[in-house]
Amino acid sequence: MWITVKLFANFRENRFKEARRQYPPGATIADVAADLEIDPGLIGMIFIHGRAAELDRVLSEGDVLALFPLLGGG
Amino acid sequence: MPKVIRVNMTDLTVRIDEAPAAWAGLGGRALTSTIVAAEVPPTCHPLGPNNKLVFGPGLLSGTAAGNAGRMSAGAKSPLTGTIKESNAGGTCGRMLGRLDIKAIIIEGQPAATDTWYNIRISNEGVVVEPETETVGLNNFAVLESVARRYGEDKGVITIGSAGENLMLISNISTRDPEGKLRSFGRGGLGAVMGSKRVKFITIDQEGTRPVPLVDSAAFKAANMVFTKALKDHPVSGQGLPTYGTAVLVNILHEIGGLPTRNFTSGQCEHHDKISGEHMYDTIVARGGEPTHGCSLGCVIQCSQVYNDKDGKYLTSGFEYETIWAYGADCLIDNLDLIAECDNVMDDLGVDSIETPVMFGVAMEAGLLKFGDGVEVLRMLREEIGKATPLGRILGGGTGHVGKTYGIARVPVVKNQAIPAYDPRSVKGIGVTYATTTQGADHTAGYAVATNVLNVGGKVDPLSNEGQVELSRNLQIATAAVDSTGLCLFIAFPALDIAECLPAVVDMLNARFGGKLTMDDVVGLGKTVLKIEHEFNLAAGIGPEQDRLPEFFELEAIAPHNVKWDMEQKELETFWNF
Repeated sequence: MWITVKLFANFRENRFKEARRQYPPGATIADVAADLEIDPGLIGMIFIHGRAAELDRVLSEGDVLALFPLLGGG
Repeated sequence: MPKVIRVNMTDLTVRIDEAPAAWAGLGGRALTSTIVAAEVPPTCHPLGPNNKLVFGPGLLSGTAAGNAGRMSAGAKSPLTGTIKESNAGGTCGRMLGRLDIKAIIIEGQPAATDTWYNIRISNEGVVVEPETETVGLNNFAVLESVARRYGEDKGVITIGSAGENLMLISNISTRDPEGKLRSFGRGGLGAVMGSKRVKFITIDQEGTRPVPLVDSAAFKAANMVFTKALKDHPVSGQGLPTYGTAVLVNILHEIGGLPTRNFTSGQCEHHDKISGEHMYDTIVARGGEPTHGCSLGCVIQCSQVYNDKDGKYLTSGFEYETIWAYGADCLIDNLDLIAECDNVMDDLGVDSIETPVMFGVAMEAGLLKFGDGVEVLRMLREEIGKATPLGRILGGGTGHVGKTYGIARVPVVKNQAIPAYDPRSVKGIGVTYATTTQGADHTAGYAVATNVLNVGGKVDPLSNEGQVELSRNLQIATAAVDSTGLCLFIAFPALDIAECLPAVVDMLNARFGGKLTMDDVVGLGKTVLKIEHEFNLAAGIGPEQDRLPEFFELEAIAPHNVKWDMEQKELETFWNF
């Protein structure tokens, strides 16, 4: 299945801003993080289609996944 | 003994008293709100002789505590009609701490409207003198004049032309360690200073000694724990120093909470061009500084120096809210133009939230086109800066422009512009906008942290459940932090690292020799909110004004197609504490 992955802040370093990537059915967000060599402990926010999701969430075809480190401001 | 300076602008007299014992445990917002509530008639006209402008350093100001460089300004706000506290970095809080000055209270009003004054405060006393040289000048020129006449090392509190012209969008500015400006931004406090005919105040710390500590070893130990927490937390230790607050642009876009085109969408197509990531790359490429502090002793360093394409200084302290408001709400897709707007706003002395949100409404009214940053710059300089009739309409702020042009979609609460987080898709911050004593203000109870950023737990941003309690707890904690002189961004580590807040309490005890507990600090926050709320009720600002504008209930926004749907009765439970 095809997933759109968006990366932000320092997750972009040596990776990409946005890419369409293929994963086997049943793949989870944790699998995507492992594939991209992102330490799950550094992930602060995960959104699928703009809604919060957890690492063990099983992805579906066409999902738009956004991964952020822990960030803040105001 | 700590001193209280009273400058009476009616008869130009100065009184220096010992601070009353009842104020001993108060600083910053707790102090300014206590004084305003006790001494300002709630029904007075904010620009009349009965209003008072109060400056208060925080309880830890002047000490070596990390991030303790904030100080508060308070008055009745001419924008909101409520009590107002606004705080800023810069150098003055630290200097007032060393001078052992608890508060500066500016009261009364000169009878003559054509004479301006400066106030100069030092270890020797206080001088009030007529001012001519800087009258009509904007803030950067005031800083130059003060540096030339009184020395480069003085703390400065000043108003630009907008404050002189009593505009509701005006702020009070203060010199930062590098001679640029920080702002007591919100609520039109520049107009209150202008109504007292005070152009600037200087602070001279010559001849002062370090702030005495009751237990300096304990203070040092607690400060080490505290600054370690600030450095260890990913938000205050890595994210903010690298990307600044503008890192929020992409986050809020992603979750559909980035108010766009005068609050008609939650996402902005050109978000990446105005993002913190893009800003960081631009700053580095042009030889600016991505990591920079607004005050001495700042550990977090969320500020930055942003240069133009020729590597020349364009602005500093370039914040998410400013970038959001011009970039998404006004659809200006050019960060250089937004930076220039930021610099001009600093110079004129206008609030960098109220002003661009006002422009969003002006764009909807057809006064200028969405996205037209060049025309925004012209209006800032030629209309607002010259106080033309149109400039005065714009200078009245978001609500004023909405009324003048018959616009129904006017994002204000208690007439103060709603900042950079759409309350329909981040419902916790909607509760804060509606209920805070200050008029719409995200900093009063930053529920975005827990709704979106996963700091301090998680509460679903699209559900109403738990939002009132979240906002209440954050507003209480914020009122306490605002009283210490500490930067509010210490809340990020404080919400997640158990040792952080107890270390603040330990520093307070080591400074003053008290036996404060965490409960006392929370109690202080509650007391501050209640004092402010009572002032507002007596000023005629009751529960019927603790609500969001109607359009949030009528118009769903993309991408989640959500409206504001919290019952008013539920909002009113906010005050059950």
